[in-house]
Amino acid sequence: MSNIRAAFENGKAFIPFITCGDPDLETTAKVVRAAAENGADLIELGIPFSDPTAEGPVIQGANIRALAGGVTTDKVFELVKELRRDVKIPFVFMTYANVVFSYDAERFMARCCECGVDGIILPDLPFEEKEEFSAVARQYGVDLISLIAPTSENRIAMIAKEAEGFIYIVSSLGVTGVRSEITTNIGDIVKVIRENTKVPCAVGFGISKPEQAQKMAALSDGAIVGSAIIRILEKYGKDAAPYVGEYVKEMKEAVDKS
Amino acid sequence: MSQSKGRFGVHGGQYIPETLMNAVIELEQAYDHYKNDPDFNRELTELLNNYAGRPSLLYRADKLTRELGGAKIYLKREDLNHTGSHKINNVLGQALLAKKMGKTRLIAETGAGQHGVATATAAALLDMECVVFMGEEDTKRQALNVYRMKLLGADVIPVKSGTATLKDAVSEAMREWTSRITDTHYCLGSVMGPHPFPTIVRDFQAVISREARAQILEAEGRLPDAVIACVGGGSNAIGSFYHFIPDEGVRLIGCEAAGRGIDTFETAATVNTGRIGIFHGMKSYFCQDEYGQIAPVYSISAGLDYPGVGPEHAHLHDIGRAEYVPVTDDEAVNAFEYLSRTEGIIPAIESAHAIAYAMKLAPTMDKDKIIIVTVSGRGDKDCAAIARYRGEDIYE
Repeated sequence: MSNIRAAFENGKAFIPFITCGDPDLETTAKVVRAAAENGADLIELGIPFSDPTAEGPVIQGANIRALAGGVTTDKVFELVKELRRDVKIPFVFMTYANVVFSYDAERFMARCCECGVDGIILPDLPFEEKEEFSAVARQYGVDLISLIAPTSENRIAMIAKEAEGFIYIVSSLGVTGVRSEITTNIGDIVKVIRENTKVPCAVGFGISKPEQAQKMAALSDGAIVGSAIIRILEKYGKDAAPYVGEYVKEMKEAVDKS
Repeated sequence: MSQSKGRFGVHGGQYIPETLMNAVIELEQAYDHYKNDPDFNRELTELLNNYAGRPSLLYRADKLTRELGGAKIYLKREDLNHTGSHKINNVLGQALLAKKMGKTRLIAETGAGQHGVATATAAALLDMECVVFMGEEDTKRQALNVYRMKLLGADVIPVKSGTATLKDAVSEAMREWTSRITDTHYCLGSVMGPHPFPTIVRDFQAVISREARAQILEAEGRLPDAVIACVGGGSNAIGSFYHFIPDEGVRLIGCEAAGRGIDTFETAATVNTGRIGIFHGMKSYFCQDEYGQIAPVYSISAGLDYPGVGPEHAHLHDIGRAEYVPVTDDEAVNAFEYLSRTEGIIPAIESAHAIAYAMKLAPTMDKDKIIIVTVSGRGDKDCAAIARYRGEDIYE
């Protein structure tokens, strides 16, 4: 069983997303520990990218702040290595294909393996292009996480059959960001996924409130939250860790009820 | 196993969010069908000839030739097209295709505003809704084109993210497309982005070299020695090169915007200063830092102010079939003024980059040699900015 699989063995999973280096790496370390201590089952760590085309304004802002603070891919690897001394839950990176490609995919995956990163999400790498990265990721034991969108339809089975780690179900059209309502029929998507794989699936994009998380986790294996956490960081900056911890606790309790 | 499509050597591909995959697959299938459909082609030719004013002239620039004292220079006059640039060639093709696909809304990015104006024009003609994304910085540099788009009934959305220029307009148009796919076609303006865009845009722009090749054979009884065009994303350049690619004796020269020089950070010369990467749906050359962060590029020309280049150009560079040369702001502004004075033709500042290189190359060639330079657009839109560059403030 991969480390990621283990994250889904403790009831429904709650997965927070944090952009590394927003506003600085010391704060990221504190926020990650607070999230882990308060029940996060897996943490998505964003490596900032200059032009995050899949993100809405909130996470774009986090990327800009982090890069302005001088964060680099190497500094993020150092952060993870340091966190791994005491944080045991799985980490997956979320970044863009060029960050991995320009680092050299093999060197990147080797560093993931060395620092204790269990998986990677690349939102600009669809099924058709994944082989370029998945072969080398597999070699270093890093799961390349597949995404399924509301528009995937006839592609769901194909993607699910080759999925590793977990499947990221994109709840809504458009980019990341808080939404008041999620209208996609998640249940139908999950049904097709279950027919094709045993890999767990979690829903993200647009989730901010406990009720939404509970509802999405009830339909799948977990809920992913990004923009709502970045907003807490936006508001409290270097002092955000306890507030994120509190929020994670509330959200984990909500998904546990589902 | 993956089935990556739309490759030009190692470049190209489809590096886009899953949300868009079925949309690009649907577009590819529709294009594969309609490109061979006689009715579609008849309709498109009708629009190109009787609406856009094709074929465009291949003008023998005698005075320019005489003054430069070398190779004979012909200008392919895309500036004479309706809306004032080559952009209309691609837009009419894509808008008609979108209409056949049942789409009712066009979205587009624009740099200088030429592609935005062309898209707004086609939308007006074909009764479609139109939204154009334009970097806020560019809306200031190209205020006249913003007004033209609005006049044509389009919404113009100023993009404030990043450097507020063309790359950010592309990112924002892509974001908009992921949120609204069913009724919306993303009318991409250059030979870039995910497959099938680089191929579709190239095919619609190839009319430039199809005409130019026949026109030069008619006028001179032989092929040219060189074809020169400016390159941002590279749509007028690939259109100018395409039918000459098999003619190995014809040098193909793309002129990149060097801004303040390729030894400075204020440049947009991608092939000359960038390296291979993945961005905006494609693998190609990009200006970027050592960690793959896309660089903030600069050029006086809003239309060439882009950190990447189309994947087919990257491939033509790799195999040595085309050359990509840097041209600075200063050289382009000089050429802008020079062509205006010598031939009475005010070129777009983008096209002036190609003229500038022709001014260097022609005198080094014998008088029996022939150069074709594509004037991709007209320069009315640039007059205020060039005046400012020369320290003169004029009111538009």
